[in-house]
Amino acid sequence: MEIANAFALLANFVIVPATAYGAQLALGALGVTIIFGILRFANFSHGELMSFGAMVTILVTWLLQMNGIGLGPLPTALLALPVGILATVAMAVLTDRFVFRFYRKKRANPIVFAIVSVGVMFMMAGIIRIVIGPDDHSFADGERFLISYGDFKKLTGWDQGIAIKQTQVVTVVVTLIVVAFLFWFLQKTRSGKAMRAYSDDEDLALLSGINPERVVLIAWIIAGSLACIAGTLYGLDKTYKPFIFLQILLPIFAATILGGIGQPVGAVLGGFIVAFSEVTVTYAFKRFLAYLGPDGWAPDGLVQLLSTDYKFAVSFVILVVVLLVRPTGIIRGKVI
Amino acid sequence: MKRLLPLLCAAVFSTAAHAQEEVKVGMLQGFTGPTESLVKPMALGGEAAIQEISDSGLFLGGKKVVSVRGDSTCIDASAATAAADRLITSEGVVGIVGATCSGATTAVLNNIVRPNGIVMISPSATSPALSTIEDDGLFFRTAPSDARQGEIIGKILSSKGIKSAALTYTNNDYGKGLADAIQAAFEKTGGQITAVAAHEDGKADYSAEVATLASAGGELLIVAGYLDQGGKGMIQAALDTGAFETFLLPDGMVGESLTENFGDAIDGSIGTNPGTDSPGAKMLAELGGKKGFKGDDPYVPEAYDAAAVLLLAMQSAGSTDSAVYKDHVEKVANAPGEKIYPGELAKALKILADGGDIDYVGGTALELIGPGESAGSFRETIIEGGAWKTVSYH
Repeated sequence: MEIANAFALLANFVIVPATAYGAQLALGALGVTIIFGILRFANFSHGELMSFGAMVTILVTWLLQMNGIGLGPLPTALLALPVGILATVAMAVLTDRFVFRFYRKKRANPIVFAIVSVGVMFMMAGIIRIVIGPDDHSFADGERFLISYGDFKKLTGWDQGIAIKQTQVVTVVVTLIVVAFLFWFLQKTRSGKAMRAYSDDEDLALLSGINPERVVLIAWIIAGSLACIAGTLYGLDKTYKPFIFLQILLPIFAATILGGIGQPVGAVLGGFIVAFSEVTVTYAFKRFLAYLGPDGWAPDGLVQLLSTDYKFAVSFVILVVVLLVRPTGIIRGKVI
Repeated sequence: MKRLLPLLCAAVFSTAAHAQEEVKVGMLQGFTGPTESLVKPMALGGEAAIQEISDSGLFLGGKKVVSVRGDSTCIDASAATAAADRLITSEGVVGIVGATCSGATTAVLNNIVRPNGIVMISPSATSPALSTIEDDGLFFRTAPSDARQGEIIGKILSSKGIKSAALTYTNNDYGKGLADAIQAAFEKTGGQITAVAAHEDGKADYSAEVATLASAGGELLIVAGYLDQGGKGMIQAALDTGAFETFLLPDGMVGESLTENFGDAIDGSIGTNPGTDSPGAKMLAELGGKKGFKGDDPYVPEAYDAAAVLLLAMQSAGSTDSAVYKDHVEKVANAPGEKIYPGELAKALKILADGGDIDYVGGTALELIGPGESAGSFRETIIEGGAWKTVSYH
């Protein structure tokens, strides 16, 4: 019984939120890693691309809600997502046409690309502030919980409940579908194989007759779609706040580098490792230990490794340690 | 040129003569920055009091009073200092209503007010640190210190038999000061604060902060934050994870948008914010309706009272010299004397001119205590059926 309560407590405050957060980071890191694999630069504008996608999805969601169109228990945003993806892909492809292609023709240094992407990031942030403003928006609708804290307690009779929000389930399910589709595309289709060949060895791929512009276009289409889905799911699960997408860039890059740059499997792995580290390191284990320990006993302190204020420090530490110890990441990737 | 010169001279002298008739009061408020929406009605409220006194024709034998605005920006202490310096040295104000935020007020008090010996009355600086600051008797405030709100919260919690609570605050001077005051007061009544966690405003997710507080436990969660910011996020995360069901909400959290957001999910939560059941508050709201300012917006009554008390003290002293009238501020604000409500400033001026005594009540039931700050009257509310209900006044 005590063990069941301890598990429920941990699931409620660590496992469930970290799984949803990990899925969101994994989708973000996949986008960054694919652009790195094909275009060979760290795309700092990816966070704002996520924000842009979420913004378009929100606007369409509002339009649908105004006309009374919904998905019943599921969030209306899922219906609006395809439009958001189209707009984000258009945004990504247009910035490539007008900004990144210019530097690609000049065969610019990767560091120049990275700095250019910072410029693109600021430009996109400006557009987002003009269109939707700096305020936060909550756009989740439908059923709020798959199972709420109170219902779970009633069902099991335990002291501790596990609350599972509907948005957390949606996040994980959508991530599974997207990741499965992406891996199928990269492994099985002609275009996917062409992309992997191009990523492996650019010159050899060119000699085999692979059209580089087409590969780049597909890479941006994939990155744009992933960004829009990741941004929308993050905003759906928490709240949409334009300022957040600059901060979330740090854990996303940490996940990308940890998993191995340019490695899609590594990006997913990295996303979950970063999310679980962030949540467990800043979680206070006092009550968890009290359940496991003898009756009536509780630790005096909070048993917390790091205060929650330092959540982002966890990503930094992971980043620094990986770069020092194993710069290629878990799955051997490229080195910046 | 010969014909122009006398004209010019006449113009110069006439403005000089005109200026002698006019008394200038500085309205030093955070017109730009994080409090700009709060300040707009405040400044109008303060200026309404100034206008009322000026129009009465009874102020110091018929002198006119005008308000000169200066921008204290709330967060930029050097800008606030420069604005106060301009008001005193180039505009020649005889007293200041301001500044808005505690940080700016402290800077202006130390760098400008004390060296120049000018009286300053703040309507909205609530930091407990301003109670003990060295002020040469020049600084007053018509808003109560947060230490006072902490005491009242401690009293409310112990009267409800609550023994333990978790505490979270917005990570700035206001949040930290208020949290410290609440913790000290609650522990003095025998209660226990199980954990204190700061939260940053402007984040999308507060589940980690709530997880920490939930682990420490407590009968309810005290949220010393802002209702449209992190405070709302903390409550949302606490409800989602079932960590806390009832909350204690100090002034920054009391507002309609909170109940619109959560409805009856937070029934039983307790709120405290400055408020009074004195008829003055209602009279000021009515007066505002006629004069075109919002008399019941936050800190508008405080601003009206600050300007009124400043000028009434001058009338009582018969002088606009700060060194003389600074001793009259508490005299006009407190008993004994005829009670003065909003809109009755002309009557007050007349009583003072005839050598009588007044007890200024104004919109906030003003009573200056200790180092010249409002004793403060607080409203205790409870959320029932998704709406705020007033329980009592403290």
